[in-house]
Amino acid sequence: MTKKRIVHYINQFFAGIGGEEKADTRPESRTGAVGPGMALAHELGGAAEVVGTVICGDGYYAENMESATEEILKLIAAFEPDAVVTGPAFNAGRYGTAAGGVADAVQKKLGIPAVSGMYEENPGADMFRKSVFIVPTADSARGIKSAVPAMAKLVLKLIETNGNPGSPEEAGYIPRGVRVNFFREKPGADRAVEMLVKKLNNEGFETEYPMPSFDRVAPGEAVKDLKNATIALVTSGGIVPKGNPDHIEASSAMKFGTYDISGVQTADAEHYATAHGGYDPTYANSDPNRVLPVDVLRDMEKEGVFKKLYNYFSSTVGNGTSIANAKKFGTAIGEQLKKDGVDAVILTST
Amino acid sequence: MVKAIEAFGIPVVHICTIVPISQTVGANRIVPAVAIPYPLGDISKSPEEEKQIRRAILEKSMRALQTPISEQTVF
Repeated sequence: MTKKRIVHYINQFFAGIGGEEKADTRPESRTGAVGPGMALAHELGGAAEVVGTVICGDGYYAENMESATEEILKLIAAFEPDAVVTGPAFNAGRYGTAAGGVADAVQKKLGIPAVSGMYEENPGADMFRKSVFIVPTADSARGIKSAVPAMAKLVLKLIETNGNPGSPEEAGYIPRGVRVNFFREKPGADRAVEMLVKKLNNEGFETEYPMPSFDRVAPGEAVKDLKNATIALVTSGGIVPKGNPDHIEASSAMKFGTYDISGVQTADAEHYATAHGGYDPTYANSDPNRVLPVDVLRDMEKEGVFKKLYNYFSSTVGNGTSIANAKKFGTAIGEQLKKDGVDAVILTST
Repeated sequence: MVKAIEAFGIPVVHICTIVPISQTVGANRIVPAVAIPYPLGDISKSPEEEKQIRRAILEKSMRALQTPISEQTVF
């Protein structure tokens, strides 16, 4: 059996060229293994060899992503590899982006398998986990001893199985979010009851549908003096001035809008409508107060329940909107509200 | 958004229909709403009754904002 040909991509630091002061190093290639490639070659054993190493400075890659990727691909292709390994990049953000980006381009443009390795919270993992098999590693180079064997194992498996290495748990990569249909011996009802029994007995069980983990924030302090409070209205229900002046997307919103309601007594159908594409808009459009309750809040303001309805409301469409964007919107809105001395927020969701 | 705003120390009350989602994501003060397409209304009622329903939800929200809490609370 002929040995499979592997090309290894690393940054200037792991190539021994230098640290941040050499981050502008342009792509170059060397025959054989360099730096961590030595350990990689060792782990590949008799099955494959590291025929060449391509190196690029992290700064150069980050600043010239497209052209750098092209240059790197050319250098990689010259070795005529069967597969490519990039990294491990641990928690280095630019290196992770490069390692993920190169692996992704190798697969798409050269049509050969690639494996990368990095810490799960490396931004490169978020960017490329869906298209690249990424081995989860420790957050620093101290984890190299376990990272390299795992990457070697996965790349061999990828070659052997023609790109179908098995589930993330079996093959050891960060889940790509791919659903695979298969038959279980027991129907779902049986499995659910078994899980429930285990849970009731305080025994360990493994969920078949893990929920994404969300961080928490401490509850804001209660409003002590509502009569003197300014209250702001925010919604993810997509109510906007009619005509949607900011063109907020009907789903997967990329932005939010902030609109002046000083003097507005009610969110009437003549002036407001929803931009939300994820629910039947009939009822929100015929009376937008059903989502953005300006009318009742004005009543309460007049009665002195609270002092003032903040002069602006902010709105976005919470339909398939990414958590990262929602967080960004919230931070921008919160910053402004804080600056303007808003005491509390009512946020409505559809 | 609720959390990112609350991170500035401003209390936020989340009026929403699907309470479990709000709980999972991590809103702290949650007030259940009526229905997805009309959280603060009820199309089976007259406009006057609807406004009363809206008022009741908002009054409950004001109570939620004035209530000191140490963990997620559904009002």
